[in-house]
Parts: sequence; C-alpha cells; structure tokens
Amino acid sequence: MNAKFGEFGGRYVPETLMNAVLELEEAYRRYKDDEGFGKELSGLLNSYAGRPSRLYFAENMTRDLGGAKIYLKREDLNHTGSHKINNVLGQALLAKKMGKTRLIAETGAGQHGVATATAAALMKMECEVFMGAEDTRRQALNVYRMKLLGAKVHTVTSGTETLKDAVSETMREWTRRVSDTHYVLGSVMGPHPFPTMVRDFQSVISWEAREQILALEGELPEAVIACVGGGSNAIGSFYHFIEDKGVDLIGCEAAGLGVETPQNAATVANGRVGIFHGMKSLFCQDENGQIAPVYSISAGLDYPGIGPEHAALHQTRRAEYVAVTDGDAVNAFEYLSRTEGIIPAIESAHAVAYIIKNAKRYGGSVIVTLSGRGDKDVASIARAKGEELYE
Amino acid sequence: MSKFVSFITAGDPSLAKTKEFIGILSEHSDFVEIGLPFSDPIAEGEVIQQASERALRNGVTPAQVFDMLQTLDPARRGKLVILTYANTAFSYGYSRFFGRCADCGVFGAVIPDIPYEERGEAAGYAAQHGVHLITMIAPTSAGRIQTLAKEAGGFIYLVSSMGVTGVRSEFSDDLPGIVAQIREVTDVPVMVGFGISTPEQVKAVGAFADGAIVGSAFVRIIAEHGADSAPHLKKFIKELTGNGPVPIG
Repeated sequence: MNAKFGEFGGRYVPETLMNAVLELEEAYRRYKDDEGFGKELSGLLNSYAGRPSRLYFAENMTRDLGGAKIYLKREDLNHTGSHKINNVLGQALLAKKMGKTRLIAETGAGQHGVATATAAALMKMECEVFMGAEDTRRQALNVYRMKLLGAKVHTVTSGTETLKDAVSETMREWTRRVSDTHYVLGSVMGPHPFPTMVRDFQSVISWEAREQILALEGELPEAVIACVGGGSNAIGSFYHFIEDKGVDLIGCEAAGLGVETPQNAATVANGRVGIFHGMKSLFCQDENGQIAPVYSISAGLDYPGIGPEHAALHQTRRAEYVAVTDGDAVNAFEYLSRTEGIIPAIESAHAVAYIIKNAKRYGGSVIVTLSGRGDKDVASIARAKGEELYE
Repeated sequence: MSKFVSFITAGDPSLAKTKEFIGILSEHSDFVEIGLPFSDPIAEGEVIQQASERALRNGVTPAQVFDMLQTLDPARRGKLVILTYANTAFSYGYSRFFGRCADCGVFGAVIPDIPYEERGEAAGYAAQHGVHLITMIAPTSAGRIQTLAKEAGGFIYLVSSMGVTGVRSEFSDDLPGIVAQIREVTDVPVMVGFGISTPEQVKAVGAFADGAIVGSAFVRIIAEHGADSAPHLKKFIKELTGNGPVPIG
C-alpha cells in the first residue's frame, strides 16, 4: 500500500502515534481483501445503512435548467443522513477486529460524529466525539443526537473552535490513549493509511453510481460533481470514474464570502503545499506556514486543508476544483428544496450550486452527489435569512 | 552528572524577554530548547498551546526568532535547540531553515511531526548544515526503538509517557528498559521529557537516563508572571537542578 499520492500524503505524526498508525495499516491490509470482512461490511451497508443509495433522475431540475441531464446520487438517504456512515461502518468493524473497544472521532457539522456514535451503539463500543465550540452552537441538534446515541461529546475550545481544532484535539486524545482506542477519522485526510482506507470505504458511492448510470443511460456521465471539505464524499464519488478520462470530475470547495475575501475555506484556490494533521497536502496558510483560520457557512467544509489524493488529482489536472460561495450554496439549498422536494445538506448544496450555474455547458448526463440531508441545517439557514428560528 | 534541558516558547511574552530568559536558563541547562510557535501544535498540551497562541498574537515569525538568537553570545548559542512543527520548517524551506539554525549556532532541532519514516526529506539539509535532527522515541516505539536510535545524533528525546506535553505525575514503567535497549546500539545521550516538573522527577529520571527535559513547568511560570518571570525562572531552575550551575561552553 503506497503511503503517498505523488508528493502528497505520508505519515507526519509524532512517534507516540507511529505504532498505532502502522498497526492500523497492517490490520487494514489484512482485512481489506478478506472475504469474511467484505461480506460482513456489505451486510451492514445494505441491511443497516440502507445501501445501495438511489441514483435519482432530477427531472424538474433538468427541465428547469436546460442542458445537463441531472442525476442525484442520494447519499442523503443513508441511515444517519449522510455518506459518513459508509466509512464509519468500515472503520468500526476493523477496529472491532483489532480488539479495540473505544472509538473517538472529530466532527464538524456533526454528521461524522453522529455516524460514529451510531456505529459505536450498534457494535457496543465506547464513543467520544470532539467538536469545536463554534460548531456545537451551529449544530446543537447533532450534539444532542450523539448524546442520545450514548456518546460523550467534548467541546473543543482551542484555536478557531471548528473542525481543524476538533481534529487536533482528537489526535491528542489518541496519543493519550492508544491501546484500546481507534480514531475513526472522518475524511480522506490525516496520516496514511487513513486517506486510502477512507477512500476505499467511500468508493462504494462511485462503484454503485457507475453501474446505475450505465444501466439507466447506457453510457458514462459527462461529469461527476461533489462538494469537498476534506474530500471524502468527493473521492468516493470520483474513484471508480478516475480511469474514465472522458468523465469530468468536479470538486466544489467552500468560497465562504468569496475566495478573494479573508472569509473562505477554498484550499485549492488559495492554499499551498504544506504539512499538517499527519499529511503533506494543500493548506490555507500564511507566509510563515501558520494554518489560516478559515470560514464557511457549512461546518462540514470549514477546514483549511484537503485530502492528499485530491491534491494529487488537482496537480495532475485529472479533477477540477471550483469554489462556491455561501450565497450560491444557500440559493441551491432553497432551489433543490422547492424544485425537487429534497432538502440537501448545506455542504452538498455547494455541489448543487455548481450545476445550477453550469447545466447549460453539458448535453449529456451528470451525477451530482448529495452527500447528506439538510434537516440539520434548516434552523441555521433560517437564521442566516433573518428568521427568528431556534431548535 | 545528570544533564538538564529547559524549554520556553519564543516570543512569550516578547522576543526581548525570551532573550533574557535564555540567559537565565542557559546558566543551569546543558541545552535550552526554544519553541518556534506554530498555530496548531498537535503534540502540545494546553500550557504550550496557549504560549504559542500568545506568541503568534504578538506577531512573532521564525525570521524574527532567528534574528534574536543571532544576538546571543556564542557560548549560549551552542546550547540552543529549536523545537517546531514540520510546516514551519517546510514553509521556511528546509535548506534555509537549517541554514539559519546553523548561522545561530543551534545544536539541534526537534520536529515532533517528522517521524523516522519522513525524516528523509529534512535530514539531508540538517546534516549539510551540521544541525542535529533530534530523534524522538516513545513508550509505544517497541520494535522500532533500535532502528530509531541507530539514526540518532545529538541526543535522543525519550517521551516519558503517552499523550501530549504538560505536567503529570505518572510516567511509563518501561523507560529504564527502553534506555537499556537504546544503549545497546548507541552512546548518544538520552533525555527524558513530557510532564517532568519537580526536582524529585528530575532526579528519578537521572537514575536511568542521561537527563531530563522540562518545558511546560517553565512556560506556566511565564504565563503567570509574564515580563516579570526572570526571578521566578531562576529560582525554579535552581530547585530543579539542585543548584548546580552548568558551565557554559
């Protein structure tokens, strides 16, 4: 298993964590092609998480926008409401095989935290989730959900009090207690083997989507479009199309108030190569290598880096990364709700916003991944629109 | 006689004060470790995290820290060890970073998030400039201990216990065993750090290793007394080292 994607990736972790990371790689290597493990995991994905997820033809949107024939890959219909469960079930099952009894995780929007708490409840494991103080405020309902599922939620008050700091704090906690604990990293980031392992667990999205689109259309789509924070739903959506050179792969990162303003999280647009959170990749940072405070209306995209495989796909120009503003994402959030009766996560709305603007560029089919459902965002979007609504 | 390494964060509360504190600490230390502040130091506990945040709020940059270190007298400079994170050195450019370390007479650099597996990209530049890239060994290093130790130069930083930096009362039981394993392959001195804050702990560590590294306890004094920390640092380091001054040079 290669630890790098071109120059990106690697294992930039303190020595204290090195054996844990190597042990994990060893276990993953052993189980990833193990028939029993594969069967058990697909059993869980199908019967518990509700896979395969639907590839839905968005007819109203297609007619309204003109151009692309738009299909939505409905990860929002998964149990717990997002693609996060795909990765979490894989990692929790692996942790169990490794004899671990406790799961820890970071969360931004709370989707990964909820998914981890869910898997822990199912598999009778302890669970502790680290969440930035700012995010516990904007996603209060998910905090309660995690507690309901039996997890302990730690409010992280260091740094910018968002996803970046939640990752740092979870890494610190893993350093403190590594023997019985597995860190369920929620995205295709961190030290090897996480970017590869999480991508493998999420690649079920494109595995299904490729079969589904071929069955429906008899040909490959012109483009696959997904939102990118760390990049797990995007890499999952892209993976089985990477070799299909005719398929455009488009990642939509968070431009916040605009890529030219200080208030954004557009790593590909504004970042440069650096080393952080265990990986060499692209990061938003200042001229001295201090990690920049980033901003997005979406807690799940509010991260100053991007997974190393995305950095490599960007470098080789196999994938294109575009920045979508808060305003366009909120418009897409409302548009999809009214046009198709589907309320997307504000993260996923960044991908929807892209196709709203660019549908006319395409003549054939495109797949837009809806990484999650938007119930968690309703109150905060309402507040952003000036409504006095509290959960 | 047991060796002693002290640590403070550069720029907390100011670079002028850091220079003054280095003067005091180096009287009683074999090495003075200077933290180049990084925004997200994942191996640090709260005390050093907050010191880094204070220093960064003061606008401290690596270039300014190097400029300050260069004004120290040469005997003190030879005792300097830089602690920073991979992105600080990488962003500065490894060649330029170790070059500036060398210009300042810095003995070694500790970069916790450049483990053995990733040393290759930095080690060549460090060696070229005659700066030791310090090897860290942890209670979990197990089968890796001798591989790591063989590569080590300057001194070995043995992490006392699991977790991040910060004051604590319990250390791993395996430390003497780890030191014995290191001894089989190298004579490089072994310094034990993370969580050491009392004279008793310094003494206990001295019984099986070459010395102790004390960081958070000094940084906490600076957090409390700020610009007026000098007498407190002096009193504390004397307590820790049993009043034994270490000859300079």
